[in-house]
Amino acid sequence: MSGVRVLVGTRKGAFVLTADGTRRRWEVSGPHFGGWEIYHLKGSPADPDRLYASQTSGWFGQQVQRSNDGGKTWTPVGNRFVYDGVPGTHQWYDGTPHPWEFKRVWHFEPSLADPDTVYAGVEDAALFRTTDGGASWHELSGLRGHGTGPHWTPGAGGMCLHTILQDPSQPRRLYVAISAAGAFRSEDAGASWKPINRGLRSQHIPDPEAEIGHCVHRIALHRSRPGTLFMQKHWDVMRSDDGGDVWREVSGNLPTDFGFPIEVHAHEPETVYVIPIKSDSEHYPPDGKLRVYRSRSGGDEWEALTKGLPQKDCYVNVLRDASSVDSLDPCGIYFGTTGGQVYASADAGDSWAPVVRDLPAVLSVEAQTLA
Amino acid sequence: MIVVALPTHLRTLARVDGDVALEVEGPVTQGSVLDALEASYPVLRGTIRDQVTLKRRPFIRFFACRRDLSHEAPDAPLPEAVASGAEPFLVVGAIAGG
Repeated sequence: MSGVRVLVGTRKGAFVLTADGTRRRWEVSGPHFGGWEIYHLKGSPADPDRLYASQTSGWFGQQVQRSNDGGKTWTPVGNRFVYDGVPGTHQWYDGTPHPWEFKRVWHFEPSLADPDTVYAGVEDAALFRTTDGGASWHELSGLRGHGTGPHWTPGAGGMCLHTILQDPSQPRRLYVAISAAGAFRSEDAGASWKPINRGLRSQHIPDPEAEIGHCVHRIALHRSRPGTLFMQKHWDVMRSDDGGDVWREVSGNLPTDFGFPIEVHAHEPETVYVIPIKSDSEHYPPDGKLRVYRSRSGGDEWEALTKGLPQKDCYVNVLRDASSVDSLDPCGIYFGTTGGQVYASADAGDSWAPVVRDLPAVLSVEAQTLA
Repeated sequence: MIVVALPTHLRTLARVDGDVALEVEGPVTQGSVLDALEASYPVLRGTIRDQVTLKRRPFIRFFACRRDLSHEAPDAPLPEAVASGAEPFLVVGAIAGG
């Protein structure tokens, strides 16, 4: 019988949640790597039992853990992330030049085809790749070196490369997003890059329509229509139908268009989910009501999904990597909060229930659909 | 033998239960002790000092014989009691955060 495995990264360890295809009863394993910040875990689409985890610590730095058995056992692999050449400087918060310094891996994106090939998005923003299962990591420095790098600035959470998307129809096409630089696209498997931020407007930069400087929080695509991208920006929910060449706003009737994650339904490329947060200075849901918003029209028209979610006195946040969908039918959707809850819906968002309520603050959630 | 005491998280990472005993070739210094430690436990590379610059990570301290040796030169000799194995070389995570 089919099943689901949900990989949860938290401030104090990793947890693995598993259920059968009904998604009614869950088993929880963990904490794995107790006491460490687990920014992200993700499984290989080509081998779902191959998992990668980013284990970090302000004291002890970066570790990369790999599992070959679906998270039952783990082995540390390579943790040497060295920028290519002389790294140079980017812009600091006050506008002065600041040296590029590796801090941590925010996101792993395993290749669609090869379990040993994985992309890593890191802080300070850069893209690395391994082709030997994590033993060694090499920077794809065409991103940092394409010209705008010295002008990138950190967002409030640091200058992180947090989103990596692969186009399943064009294997050499990649997208990344960086806070607070914007979105970028490569057509040659990461060798060269161009900014794709036309149509974005951001009031926190001197020229609101500048080529770079936008605080993109997340981008999502549907594998059947990879030229259509959905973006949750610092403010504004955006859409592009030409691979990011031009964006248009689709915030529509959302109660606030600030937020972090954005997801696309596994079977409906025009069904999109966001979790609105009150503002950039108040990182909790408006009115103390935790609501997921769903659009079945690719944006502009949104409906609140509230059944099973707290509708009073709720002041948690949902971070950019802390939501995911499975590919069962009906589509399952999951998200984790800074209050340690992981909520699941087995009916595409119509109703919700907590899988766990009392984990450490959740940093990332990834759902795997198991055969 | 040099005795090195590691913080809990690094013991877990290195899969050791208690203090670590190391043979160190030549002068016993911070650098030579950490070289020997990383050679025996490669998983600790990058956790105590930077892998490229070999600078001590900011939240790591080195104590021995009731002294803070964190700011000593990496090639300065460690106290004789450490070199003889009578006293451990302590790798400590600084008190910070929660």
